[in-house]
Amino acid sequence: MLEINDLNVHYGGIHALKGVTLSVPEGKIITLVGANGAGKSTLLRTICGLVTATGGSIRFEGRELIGLKTFEIIKLGIAMAPEGRKIFVNLSVYENLLMGAYNRKGETEQKRDIEWVYTIFPRLRERTAQKGGTLSGGEQQMLAVGRALMSRPRLLMLDEPSLGLAPLLIREVFRIIGQIHGEGTTILLIEQNAMAALHIADYGYVLETGKIVLEGTGKALLEDERVREAYLG
Amino acid sequence: MDVTILLQQFINALSLGSLYGLIAIGYTMVYGILRLINFAHGDIMMMGCFFAFYGIFMFSLSWWASFVIAIVLTAVLGIMIDRGAYRPVRNAPRISALITAIGVSFLLENVGLVVFGGRPKGFPRPEFLGTIHELWGVRFLGLLIWTPLVTLLLLAFILFVVYRTRVGRAMRCISFDMETTRLMGVDVNRIVAITFAIGSAVAAAGGILWAMKYPQINPLMGIIPGLKAFVAAVLGGIGNVTGAMAGGLLLGFAEIFLVAINPDLAGYRDAIAFAILILILLFRPSGLMGEKLPE
Repeated sequence: MLEINDLNVHYGGIHALKGVTLSVPEGKIITLVGANGAGKSTLLRTICGLVTATGGSIRFEGRELIGLKTFEIIKLGIAMAPEGRKIFVNLSVYENLLMGAYNRKGETEQKRDIEWVYTIFPRLRERTAQKGGTLSGGEQQMLAVGRALMSRPRLLMLDEPSLGLAPLLIREVFRIIGQIHGEGTTILLIEQNAMAALHIADYGYVLETGKIVLEGTGKALLEDERVREAYLG
Repeated sequence: MDVTILLQQFINALSLGSLYGLIAIGYTMVYGILRLINFAHGDIMMMGCFFAFYGIFMFSLSWWASFVIAIVLTAVLGIMIDRGAYRPVRNAPRISALITAIGVSFLLENVGLVVFGGRPKGFPRPEFLGTIHELWGVRFLGLLIWTPLVTLLLLAFILFVVYRTRVGRAMRCISFDMETTRLMGVDVNRIVAITFAIGSAVAAAGGILWAMKYPQINPLMGIIPGLKAFVAAVLGGIGNVTGAMAGGLLLGFAEIFLVAINPDLAGYRDAIAFAILILILLFRPSGLMGEKLPE
């Protein structure tokens, strides 16, 4: 579904991604783990067209994404819940969700999908009229994921969905990622919490200072000595 | 001050304040999403007046056809200014955009002087706006009643767009976080263009009402209303549409009533607005209805 080949990105004067090759097959959960500053977020931002690649290719269902504008890429069926949630604090929860469905027509369909998001995240239903900025960190994360789902993406990209959440909430977030995947969405998940991410993923990549240093099934990586040492403690 | 004079001044203040408010809306909308003070805004308003003037006198259009076409042309002009002058510096430091805006302002004024000539031109007034009404001993132009009515209508339209439509929702998102708005699949440049179009169209409407009030136009006519509308926008809390209108009204009332109470102040009328600006910036920089900016 998503094929990244020899991707190079120079960002803020540094060579942030050095020939990254990665593949996200349809229907799978693929995870990318690595330390802070390894280039994980840069990769997602490049896929979305927020950062310009200096070489290589990114193909989504056969179509080259490099050179497209962000809104054109999103229209193809990709959604991202960005790092730090980036909720629209001045909009209500309901309006935040509507923003996620920006390019979709049909009010009845949008209402039905908001209902669907509310069944996944019942907490959001209670908060529907509240401004996004008044939500707790966990609720904001749910809203960020819900908002990304509202575009009915075929590929959902999550950037550090567990960041800053309490352990109980982290488990809940991962349970929901599994549930969304179960409903047929392909997921590219970026996490510092390598243990949880690799448990849920079909296949994983380890990124270190802009390079893929290891890849394998989630299970294989969990058992890998180097991964255990570096990321699982 | 007897009741008749009070009422008289009330009507004057209401129509003057509405005009400030109308022009301030364009400032505040553009600032709201781009954090750019569009100093050319008053000049865009001036261009709208000239479009209307030439529509009537060069193309012999009826006044209403000419006004509508002038408003549409001004909206297009606003889009072109954004595309040609502001978009290229969108990712540059904010000061570059500000200086660009001042440049656009000078450009419009001076091109206006060359093309339209510096001599003031009489601006026509449709008959029903020029008739004098009398109510409880107060005599006033029909225009002074129509101005606040048109203003109210335009304000309602803009509030509807900003708070009840998809495009308006995108505008509010851009003002908070442009990059995340892009991630929602919003074509940000298109939303910015729509904002310029609406702001410029409303400025043209305000300008035409302004021109009918005085009733003459010249290429430098946009400077003072532009500056005062800017004060109104800051007073109301820049970025907030309702605030801009409230700021405009307050400014109109302050000017008219301070002079009415103390006629010696008449010569300082324009200074009142700028005194208010200084006070606001000193004591309440976020304005009356402004949101506190996130840290």
